[in-house]
Amino acid sequence: MIKKEMIAMLLAGGQGSRLGVLTLKMAKPAVAFGGKYRIIDFPLSNCINSGVDTVGVLTQYQPLRLNTHIGIGIPWDLDRNIGGVTVLPPYEKSTSSQWYTGTANAIFQNIDYMETYNPEYVLILSGDHIYKMDYEVMLDFHKQNKAEVTIATMAVPLEEAKRFGILITDENRRIVDFEEKPENPRSNLASMGIYIFNWKTLKEALIAKAEQPALDFGQHVIPYCHEKGAPLYAYEYNGYWKDVGTLQSYWEANMELIDIVPEFNLYEEYWKIYTRSLTLPPQYISSESVVEKSIIGEGTTIYGQIYNSVIGCGVTIGSGTIVRDSIIMNEAVIGDGCEINKGIIAENVQIGNEVRLGIGEEVPNETHPHIYSHGMVTVGEKSVIPDGVTVGKNTVIAGTTDYDDYMNKSLAGGKTLIKAGDES
Amino acid sequence: MRAIGIILAGGNNHRMKELSQKRAIAAMPIAGSYRSIDFALSNMSNSHIQKVGVFTQYNARSLNEHLSSSKWWDFGRKQGGLFVFTPTVTYDNSFWYRGTADAIYQNLAFLKNSHEPYVIIASADCVYKMDYNKVLEYHIEKKADITVVCKDMPAGTEVERYGTLKMNEECLIEDFEEKPIVAKSNTISCGIYIIRRRQLIELIEKSAEEDRHDFVRDILIRYKNLKKIYGYKIKEYWRNIASVEDYFSTNMDFLKPEIRDYFFKQYPDVYSKVDDLPPAKYNMGSQIRNSLISSGCIINGIVEDSVVFKKVFIGNNCFIKNSIILNNVYIGDNTHIENCIIESRDTIRANSYHKGENGIKIVIEKNERYIL
Repeated sequence: MIKKEMIAMLLAGGQGSRLGVLTLKMAKPAVAFGGKYRIIDFPLSNCINSGVDTVGVLTQYQPLRLNTHIGIGIPWDLDRNIGGVTVLPPYEKSTSSQWYTGTANAIFQNIDYMETYNPEYVLILSGDHIYKMDYEVMLDFHKQNKAEVTIATMAVPLEEAKRFGILITDENRRIVDFEEKPENPRSNLASMGIYIFNWKTLKEALIAKAEQPALDFGQHVIPYCHEKGAPLYAYEYNGYWKDVGTLQSYWEANMELIDIVPEFNLYEEYWKIYTRSLTLPPQYISSESVVEKSIIGEGTTIYGQIYNSVIGCGVTIGSGTIVRDSIIMNEAVIGDGCEINKGIIAENVQIGNEVRLGIGEEVPNETHPHIYSHGMVTVGEKSVIPDGVTVGKNTVIAGTTDYDDYMNKSLAGGKTLIKAGDES
Repeated sequence: MRAIGIILAGGNNHRMKELSQKRAIAAMPIAGSYRSIDFALSNMSNSHIQKVGVFTQYNARSLNEHLSSSKWWDFGRKQGGLFVFTPTVTYDNSFWYRGTADAIYQNLAFLKNSHEPYVIIASADCVYKMDYNKVLEYHIEKKADITVVCKDMPAGTEVERYGTLKMNEECLIEDFEEKPIVAKSNTISCGIYIIRRRQLIELIEKSAEEDRHDFVRDILIRYKNLKKIYGYKIKEYWRNIASVEDYFSTNMDFLKPEIRDYFFKQYPDVYSKVDDLPPAKYNMGSQIRNSLISSGCIINGIVEDSVVFKKVFIGNNCFIKNSIILNNVYIGDNTHIENCIIESRDTIRANSYHKGENGIKIVIEKNERYIL
């Protein structure tokens, strides 16, 4: 009989609407990160590096990019005879078919999958954080304490604690109480949304709470286990962990990679991060180029000047173009003589010649001031921007745009230009 | 499938000088991200040849590591696959491969147990892209016994280190010389042959009986008046890398946009083992001009007109010009490197000075990395 000690369930169905147009056509875990990676590469690499070789990936929102990226799991060595990676979308049942209505509901609908592997422990992960973590160490902690549920936590500054789920523990790290986004936090231990459950405990709880609408781990399953008196423990993690849920934090996390010795170091020999690489060739930097304080992916060709930026694979940057403080994702093509300031340029974007992005005064965005802020210019995947256009700050562009979409070849600061459905 | 593939990757060449101490030529790193054998393997895969045998002999450690999985070239299949033949002592044979024909003879079962009618033989020390099916069609159309892919080299090329040949207007080969002292023609053999499988078995067995072991000398040249051997001329890019000068200039060719476009952008791709390295990182003070930089590099200094392979560290205030830095090299601060090839995994101490004065200097220091 198949027996896996611990299997992982990776929640990757969320839209991540605060990433704006980046998630228009793909789920948040599929968004590109750090030049050549996608966000989901981090938890998947953590799994295989921790010796967890059975991973169910729960998908729901726009799963195409995620599915093609994961495939049969070859880049992460997750193509296994028994176990490996399995993509788990919601499915029709003979009675009560439904979408995944909450994090725990998604897991509940896949009890059969987990049962196949006859696990002792189930690791619940979310697909939207950048970190390196050895889940085996967390499992050791779980076993040592004879816990039924272990929640990974990290200490956050007390003033920020009100943005998180906060855990209150005794001196042995056993959880005595918890608060969701408290006004006056009693502790600074924030939940990272990473749980290890004893399979028996998890299964019992999921079945008992099955009728709960929008069944959620933090709101329903964990409190249920606590009320029943199951031993809950808080595992404290001290490494780098970054939530990239907003455009601002996404931009910051990318920019942290270009520091001299980045806090999150991709260049360490052990704990490699794996991804599906489609491009192999080296990058070419021409005679008139300048590249300073940047990271650049494979197969990219640079004729312009790059400062403080994260450039993906297979990108072309034309001569005379100046890129500053920007993120440019795979296969984007930027013409000659452009200027790009604090841009987030998604995959396969085509920008013409003499285009200037991020020019002028900062004006709050007219439609989504909380998403498109901090002076960024966000350009959605496969967008086209014609020659000679000038674009202000806190702007967003998506779709194939032409001169009719711009006033005198310019888009004022704070404007939203989304031509949905325009695929080239 | 109409053909199986054989890649001859056993060779060493004194013209590679110190570079071949470490590895067979087939495993020489090329163009930042590849190894020499990737070109033949990718061509086989892109020509839909599913079953490929690689014959190795000389220092194959590096090559075996590169070929440890066949999935990168899409050979990990139930039908066919990648077979590596290293010489072994058997009941009736205790020799190394005494030549290319002997290598095939010692593994004749590979040919006998296949069912495909044709065999494509290629060598692993050439950089090119080719659809072997086009050559195979030509071979069938000409009703040839053997087809040899050949190329006219520009005047002034030192063709004496190749096989040179002369064809008549029908493309039938009339004259074939291996490494002649004085070449009569500047048409050279590219080391790519097509032959019917049964024909090859027959010729190899006959040669073995006569104690002859070399495919070119003892089959191609010996049989040139008996068998119909045709030439198939190519005009596309093709380079052999089996000398330090050619190895250097082939790598430098990739600084030209049209060469990069041909190999990197145009379909089909060249495949290689994926190394899962992070993007290249350029710190303050780095200045790059007309150079290829590979993934996993960290660059602090100046690099000009050079090819930098994977996982290279270049320290502060370094100056690298017209050089090739092979994989996983660490270069300490304030180092000057000009007209050099730096051997892989080497560590160059800070404040070093290396300059190739008359030609290319090969730098092998073998310093310990962590007592810098």
